[in-house]
Amino acid sequence: MNSFTLTQATAADEAVRDYAGHEHAAYLGGGTNLVDLMKYNLERPSHLTSLGLLPLTDITSLPDGGLRLGALATNADTAWHPEVEKRYPLLSQTILAGATPQLRNAATNGGNLNQRTRCYYFYDLAAPCNKREPGTGCSALTGPNRVCGVLGTSESCIATNPSDMCVALAALEATVRVQGPNGERTIKFDDYHRLPGDHPEKDNTLEPGELVTAIDLPAEGYADHFTYLKLRDRSSYAFALVSVAVGLKMNGNTIEKARFALGGVAHKPWRDQEAEKMLEGQTASPDLFRKVAAKVFAEAKGYGEGSLHNSFKIELGKRAIVRALKQATEMKYEVNPNVFLNSNP
Amino acid sequence: MSQTIATPPTVRLDSDVVGKPISRPEGPAKVSGAAKYAAEFSVTGPLWYGYVVSSPIAKGKITKIYADEVLAIPGVQQVFSHENVPSLAWFDRAYKDDVAPGGSPFRPLHEPEIMFSQQPVALVVADTFELARYAASVLRIDYDVAEFNTNLEVAAPKAFDAPKGKTGFVPPPKPKGDVEQAYADAPHKVAGEYVHHAQHHNPMEMFGTTVDWLGDGKKMKIYDKTQGAPNVQQYIAKIFGLSKEEARIISKFTGGGFGSGLRPQYQVFMAVLAALELEHSVRVVMDRSQMFSMGHRPHTVQDIRLASDDQGYLQAMEHNALAETSQFEDETETVVNWSGILYKVPNSQFDYKLTKIDVNTPADMRAPGAATGSFAIESAIDELSYKAGRDPLDFRLLNYTYTDPTENKPFSSKRLDDCYHEGAKRFGWDQRNPEPRSMRDENGLLVGWGVAAGCWDASMQKAAAKAVLAADGHLTVSSATNDQGAGTYVIMTQMAAQTLGLPLAQVTFELGDTEMPEAPVQGGSWTANSVGAAVKDACQAVGKKLLKLAQKMDDSPLAGVDFEDVQFADGHIRANEDISRSVAIADILAASGEAKIEAEGKAGPNPINMLKYSMHSHNAVFVEVKVDEDLGTIHVTRVVDAVAAGRIMNPKTARSQVLGGVVWGIGMALMEEAYLNNDLGRYVNHNYAEYHIPVNADIKKIDVIFVEEEDDIASPIGVKGVGEIGMLGVAAAVANAVYHATGKRVRELPLTIDKLL
Ligand SMILES: Cc1cc2nc3c(=O)[nH]c(=O)nc-3n(C[C@H](O)[C@H](O)[C@H](O)COP(=O)(O)OP(=O)(O)OC[C@H]3O[C@@H](n4cnc5c(N)ncnc54)[C@H](O)[C@@H]3O)c2cc1C
Ligand code: SF4
Repeated sequence: MNSFTLTQATAADEAVRDYAGHEHAAYLGGGTNLVDLMKYNLERPSHLTSLGLLPLTDITSLPDGGLRLGALATNADTAWHPEVEKRYPLLSQTILAGATPQLRNAATNGGNLNQRTRCYYFYDLAAPCNKREPGTGCSALTGPNRVCGVLGTSESCIATNPSDMCVALAALEATVRVQGPNGERTIKFDDYHRLPGDHPEKDNTLEPGELVTAIDLPAEGYADHFTYLKLRDRSSYAFALVSVAVGLKMNGNTIEKARFALGGVAHKPWRDQEAEKMLEGQTASPDLFRKVAAKVFAEAKGYGEGSLHNSFKIELGKRAIVRALKQATEMKYEVNPNVFLNSNP
Repeated sequence: MSQTIATPPTVRLDSDVVGKPISRPEGPAKVSGAAKYAAEFSVTGPLWYGYVVSSPIAKGKITKIYADEVLAIPGVQQVFSHENVPSLAWFDRAYKDDVAPGGSPFRPLHEPEIMFSQQPVALVVADTFELARYAASVLRIDYDVAEFNTNLEVAAPKAFDAPKGKTGFVPPPKPKGDVEQAYADAPHKVAGEYVHHAQHHNPMEMFGTTVDWLGDGKKMKIYDKTQGAPNVQQYIAKIFGLSKEEARIISKFTGGGFGSGLRPQYQVFMAVLAALELEHSVRVVMDRSQMFSMGHRPHTVQDIRLASDDQGYLQAMEHNALAETSQFEDETETVVNWSGILYKVPNSQFDYKLTKIDVNTPADMRAPGAATGSFAIESAIDELSYKAGRDPLDFRLLNYTYTDPTENKPFSSKRLDDCYHEGAKRFGWDQRNPEPRSMRDENGLLVGWGVAAGCWDASMQKAAAKAVLAADGHLTVSSATNDQGAGTYVIMTQMAAQTLGLPLAQVTFELGDTEMPEAPVQGGSWTANSVGAAVKDACQAVGKKLLKLAQKMDDSPLAGVDFEDVQFADGHIRANEDISRSVAIADILAASGEAKIEAEGKAGPNPINMLKYSMHSHNAVFVEVKVDEDLGTIHVTRVVDAVAAGRIMNPKTARSQVLGGVVWGIGMALMEEAYLNNDLGRYVNHNYAEYHIPVNADIKKIDVIFVEEEDDIASPIGVKGVGEIGMLGVAAAVANAVYHATGKRVRELPLTIDKLL
């Protein structure tokens, strides 16, 4: 770990100024990802702007019926917040499907958005990795890549965004509020994370020095028809191989509005708006769900066969979509985010 | 979870403490943090920290180390590498430890050649841990990269018969009859290839060593994480030319080992090297990724052919295994022999080969070889039972053997049949619908029930112990053995208390210091019986002295009574014939005027028994799985593990061993695998987040049954040990249950989601 200086900012603009005033600065949220990366010697900031004292921990209702999640609210406080549980149970479920209670108690919403990939090679200085060191190559293209993506990949990087929470935020069509050296702006969630293209080193569209201050949820929370299905290598404390977050508005057996996103398959939470439209106005049926699933993965590309390679995610992803849509339409399970009935008998 | 002793064959007395579920005396120290592990000991003077630099390449040569750049950093004390390590022992045999396999052991920092990825290439020593780690991260090293191969399949054509060389390795059994003909003629047959990949032990505690430099000459206290202090001592003494007194190894607590601590690991070499060279206290601890640089359960491919007649009697068995080893050592396990020991077959043949790839030498890992072989044979037996139209449990009972077919010897004891019966009863096996895909739960998930058996050695090793009875009546017994969490502290305390009839509170057992009488490494499930017998012997020797002293007392009620005719109970020595003839031990001590009474005891294998008998522990495992067929998810919802391992010294700690074994087996079955990248020649998921072992949510109901055996042939104290046996059969039983649930046979571990799609 390199030595570094640290400032504890007490206001957002102070944090932004502090960051701008240092070379190689980084924002420090809960530190559950950044500090690991520093210990692994992958990120070497020489200055940390600590956000721990920023007054951005509140969760408040918005005039348009939405909800604002402070960037410094912890993942745990967000998941267990009564308004979130009541109006956005999908968000609660996704957060609680991630990591462990200890991590969720420390992790912040802003940090969760900006956590980096779990691709094995990104974490291993002995392996070439374009995301870590642009131009060195991508070890995952041919090596074990079970953790990597099959949608929207590029020849320079096939990494996935590891967040569970972000999958729900994509389905819920959240908006990210940021503040930077040039003032404040908002970013639609779909535009927040990016595909790797030729620049896998860039995970998202934040400009240097921009600070996430809040996440705004629109009024619609799909509290009557939702599900988060997370498939992974063990029942807890594992990242998703494939996950699906679904929010539906139903009228009888007819789907009026459909939003869904996938985790574990792409460099960003994967949404397919055409596939969502295929559901709207239609009667829920396994056939329809299968067609939708096929559409989502129509252009998927697997990287090798066998357990260590990720081609299986294409079939698994389709099945996961079908199951998740079924669960969300039927809501035939107790809404208790602590019990993942979907994959855990 | 529950646990029972089924049909105890031995009558227990209320006063007995052996056989009781006594809690560990060291438990409170462990949970309160007072128990110190190797990297937690304080030293007398200031302490420096060493951080190991690991090779990023799998094969090649170091051409340059830019040590000067790092030495220029204030606070960095030294950079050790092959360039500046003093000439140590000349011969590589000095690097051979007690449990080394054949070949030439790895010599850390000895030469510029790289033989495996993550090979330790340098040690940076600095004033603080953080500085050492930072300096290690910026140390530049140039390499000449050579071509390498880490792929077992590519190396398979160069396979060779596994050589002898490692203590305890038993070559495959001799062939019997005509397998080809019998297989061709038989009506029911299966042939399959069974595979598992490299697995790393990953104990919680990282390997670490603290060397306390005491100043005068070369005397040190070396606190090391190991499963055997004496093994480390002789290794360090030989390499550095130290006397045994100079190389004192202390290892009071070991935070899990599972075999990874049987051989001395490189951090102890590094720490001692740095301490001797710098004449300073030094600590070296591996990081988690470096825990993947050591030995591992070798990737093994097994081919099995089995055939039975119409009634289900086995006619032919062929079991061949091919395992990886390093370029420099031939790590051998006993893999295929168990199949021959478990079943009666007129025609059989076995083969076990190794092939060399560019990795570090594999190592023993919990039930080494048996876990490997058991997965394959118990899967194949299951497959054949369906072909032969028999219930998998009946099929096993039909082919049961009361003698060891591989050596034509009787078993010293074997109650595997009772394990099957007791386990089946507890599990409710008679409710099983034999048809695959026939059972579902209330949520519509497929339910499968599977069974498998296991077999492990009951072996004795040479061990010694010392017992000291102080004038105040407190008994302290010691042996340089180890407790990696198995319960050694408590069972040895029980054994000592029982032998001298003292209350547990009056007995202390100490271990993990080479100044104590020698004991073998803790492995192979031999500690309980070997060290236990030595403890008993030492305490009996004290007992004999006590009796003599009692007989010297005025009007001794024990006058003229032989040692064989007395009992030690309730703090007294009593004549068996008439227990009113008794003397309190406290009175004997007082009358004798001695400050203490001490004696040493020994135990070891009995060569005559070994010639005459086959000595093994056994188990039968019953597993229920629930499978979500669309999504490929498997959950193990119920396990019954019935174990026959001689006498159970402490059902509480023994049960914990078996529970841990079952969890281990579930991990092996469902998720454990070190991902080897053959382009990089390197394991890539080297952390706890991506190398998956079970978490609480993966573990549901586990029942443990002990079917006790009376066996004074396998061990003078009737004990066979339970460290390994509990995990055997688990992986196969899971795979068999998955077949019963889904009709799909998976022959490659782990059974991850993708394998069921
Ligand atoms: C072992 C392990 C298992 C895990 N399992 C899961 C899992 O199953 N599912 C899952 O979703 N997650 C999982 N996580 C990840 C966890 O959710 C993230 O580490 C956490 O959300 C990051 O939040 P933080 O506040 O600690 O971020 P930090 O570590 O503080 O920061 C992460 C990144 O975000 C930046 N940052 C932080 N706050 C802001 C801000 N306000 N504005 C701009 N940039 C900011 C930092 O500079 C840094 O680059 C796991 C983590 C670990 C260590
Ligand atoms: S997939 Fe991306 S993160 Fe992984 S090795 Fe390739 S470039 Fe690096």
